[in-house]
Amino acid sequence: MADTFNFELVSPEQKLISEQAFQVTIPGEEGDVGVRAGHMALVMTVRPGVVEVIRTEDGVKEKIFIAGGFADISQTNCTVLAEEAVPVANLNAEKLTAELHNVTEHLSLADSEVEKLSLNRKLAIVTAMLDAVKAV
Amino acid sequence: MPSLKEYRTRIASVKSTRKITSAMKMVAASKLKRAQEAAQASQPYASAMAGMISRVAAGVAAGSGPALLVGTGSSEKHLLVVCSSDRGLCGGFNGNLVRFAKNEIRRLQGEGKKVEIVCVGRKARDVLKRDYATLITETITNLGGRGRLGFADALKVSDLILAKFNAGEYDVCSLVYNQFVSVLAQKPATQQLIPFVMAANENVDVAATPYSFEPEEDVILADLLPKNISVQVFRALLDSAAGEQAARMTAMDNATRNAGDMIKNLSVKYNRARQAYITKELIEIISGAEAV
Repeated sequence: MADTFNFELVSPEQKLISEQAFQVTIPGEEGDVGVRAGHMALVMTVRPGVVEVIRTEDGVKEKIFIAGGFADISQTNCTVLAEEAVPVANLNAEKLTAELHNVTEHLSLADSEVEKLSLNRKLAIVTAMLDAVKAV
Repeated sequence: MPSLKEYRTRIASVKSTRKITSAMKMVAASKLKRAQEAAQASQPYASAMAGMISRVAAGVAAGSGPALLVGTGSSEKHLLVVCSSDRGLCGGFNGNLVRFAKNEIRRLQGEGKKVEIVCVGRKARDVLKRDYATLITETITNLGGRGRLGFADALKVSDLILAKFNAGEYDVCSLVYNQFVSVLAQKPATQQLIPFVMAANENVDVAATPYSFEPEEDVILADLLPKNISVQVFRALLDSAAGEQAARMTAMDNATRNAGDMIKNLSVKYNRARQAYITKELIEIISGAEAV
């Protein structure tokens, strides 16, 4: 069996990553899932969190934050559909704290159903981003 | 007959109009290229999403599942989301779309259904307002602003659609938008969003590999379907944006050519008038000299 599999990270606006990877860790809704070549076929939802990509057996971890989505895993393929993806190194804790404060405030003022829906989504994302930064 | 000076100003003004239309054509051409690239870049996500849904939906027993998949059980109230452009000067782009939407509304009303309209883009609202002001419940304009259209813009639209659905304001939702066929042709089309329509050919390899799901199928589906609506809206918006630029490019190309023809005509007339004027002056001088 091959050591690597084809890993794809896709956002609605473009294909972000499409390459061979040795191991990928995906933050699933019901717990993290580590994927290597030959993984059983699985479809799962992904919570906002960090995807870790290791390209070769002794390679370094590459951390990418994704704002939730879905993953489609088969024996030779792993496709992650993410709404938004940012390398963890590009996130800034101070900015995020300010953003979090901002969103919470807006949420307390929001009155329409549509507004609340989008703000709640944003809140979950920003909170998860902060956690990701702190974890480094 | 207009004087020579009038001809000169007419020619000058048509020339500057031609400059504007040809500049607009170039701008539209470069925007079209970007819009087409954006539409292409959104393809992998949309197709991966479609594949995933068909896989998950195959695991759910027929006739059950969330309302987004099977519908509310009635089809009395329809919601039409009409996606037009914000700006004009793009030929028949918006006109065709609105005519198509009106036919659709009349057809549904003829069948005794209730229709509500959500307008995306200023142009559709401006025209539909005249006949169906009471049906328009919501208008979203200025999507994408001056920059490029992002997924966040599609979310604005799909959030509204979902909020209305959850509030039970309608049973069936369709998008009305301009499909990008080629640079020269855009075709108005409808696409049903709710309940979900599965493309016939997606069922092919479903049973081939046994998939497991985490969490269960119906939970994933409840997450996947709203997301799919956003994706479909996004695709339609990108299509429509590319179509708008293509339509504008064609319209401005025609306008530039017409302005050229007009300048040619006016120059001929101007030269004739000038020659007639010279001849007249010569005649006056000669007949004056003869009289002496």
